[in-house]
Amino acid sequence: MLAMQTQTLTQRLANPSNFMALSARLLPWCWGLATALLAVGLYLAFFGSPPDYQQGQTVKIMYIHVPAAWLSMLVYALIAVSSFGFLVFRHPLADVSAKAAAPTGATFTFLALATGSLWGKPMWGAFWVWDPRLTSVLILFILYLGLIALRSSIEDEALASKLTAVLSLVGIAILPVIKFSVEWNSLHQPASVMRLGAPTIHPSLLWPLLVMALAMTMLFLAMQLKAMRNEILRRRLKTLRRVAAESAAGLSQQPAH
Amino acid sequence: MDLGPHATYIWSAYAVVGVTLLALIAWLFLDGRRQQRLIEEIEARGRARKRS
Amino acid sequence: MSAFWQLLRRDLLIAWKEGGNIGVALGFYLVVIVLLPLGLGPDLNLITRIAPGTLWIALLLSALLSLGRLFEADFEDGSLEVLATGTLPLEAVVAAKALAHWLSTALPLIAVAPALGLLLNLPPEAYGVLVATMLAGTPAVSFLGAIGAALTVRTRRGGLLIGLLLLPLFVPTLIFGIASIGAALTGTDSFWPSFLILIAISLAAMALAPLAAAGALRLQLQ
Repeated sequence: MLAMQTQTLTQRLANPSNFMALSARLLPWCWGLATALLAVGLYLAFFGSPPDYQQGQTVKIMYIHVPAAWLSMLVYALIAVSSFGFLVFRHPLADVSAKAAAPTGATFTFLALATGSLWGKPMWGAFWVWDPRLTSVLILFILYLGLIALRSSIEDEALASKLTAVLSLVGIAILPVIKFSVEWNSLHQPASVMRLGAPTIHPSLLWPLLVMALAMTMLFLAMQLKAMRNEILRRRLKTLRRVAAESAAGLSQQPAH
Repeated sequence: MDLGPHATYIWSAYAVVGVTLLALIAWLFLDGRRQQRLIEEIEARGRARKRS
Repeated sequence: MSAFWQLLRRDLLIAWKEGGNIGVALGFYLVVIVLLPLGLGPDLNLITRIAPGTLWIALLLSALLSLGRLFEADFEDGSLEVLATGTLPLEAVVAAKALAHWLSTALPLIAVAPALGLLLNLPPEAYGVLVATMLAGTPAVSFLGAIGAALTVRTRRGGLLIGLLLLPLFVPTLIFGIASIGAALTGTDSFWPSFLILIAISLAAMALAPLAAAGALRLQLQ
């Protein structure tokens, strides 16, 4: 009698079919929750929060800028963790996760930059002032672009996965150094320091911010699951095409009888 | 509601975020459907070949 | 240990014989420096203010040009595989090559930097600290550059991709290099903190970058 081996959660999830089944069940809930949180957050942002003492109504941009910036860093951390899991434990879905997260993370980073400059223009009179936090986000954006560019430059998908994983680990290691150096740069320059700081968080400003942050995170989770599903389908398609081509070649090589 | 003198910036910021996220979500759904359709096509061809 | 020095000597000899490469890097350095005042207009005060930054950035770009080829020749003719399976650990191979790059490319660029500083009206007090920061910071450029070179050794378009990958890695070195020069010129007491951090980054790069680069190379030599 065969003994049934109990599998750990990650082992069970490592099976792409299991992942597809599980994510199919989770996704509607994720989309729904994200929409609900977004609705609550937007209501709070526009109808539940007063203008800021210093920044007036433009503080409302903070409710989308700060969550986008948080997510840009969170997603990069996710990519780094996935890459580590892929290189060290060879977890099959880890690479799918890293590949799926990069374009989404880059998008959130871009949104952080766009909303940051739209926030900066009324505040400081210029769309870009090399504020240290925005500068770090800009460099993070370049790191994302590097990941995407490197992966697409290598035809061998397995090799591309591994090299991209190495790059993301190098990136996460250098990121604190970059942030430190950018902060240093702004502190020690003789020019006046302009900081796109969040105002001292009053409770009426805090709740919309937290709800929007949660909403965006849930939205990212839904997008990540969907993107991972797409990637699994893409790989399945590739395998099917290869098998079909091989069997067609095999048929054409059969000796005539 | 009165969003003050910088209302344009506020609307623009929310619009950029909204449009971009909707576009990304749309792409994810369309891409998924396309992959699914292509897979079904190949599987159908495989079944047809087996029958013949 | 002697294998390390042999490899270093061999790479230096190759670089010496193919003098063309360093010539291109020096020429590029000159071109960028010349373009700057032409593009900005002859406002001497402005050019003086940006001279240290420009000299640093142009040096980074020139070094970037040659980094792409760090492993290319050996990868293509198979000698990299031989080196990888030899007595010297691949990390040491990477370190030797990065050091050779520093000696053969970075040092000549640093040597001409003061002369180019003349073109940019660099203040006289800045010459010493400019060279000092470049000497302290360029090891990071060569060693971090090896990571970029290892990741792009196969791609034909490696030239542009390596720039995209390495730019973020060079930011800390650039910032602390410029900060050191600025602090020395304005006489604030933040020179030594910046300069020491600059050195620390180079040392850390020399220690850690070979690990990442060797890892990337191993994945491609299997």
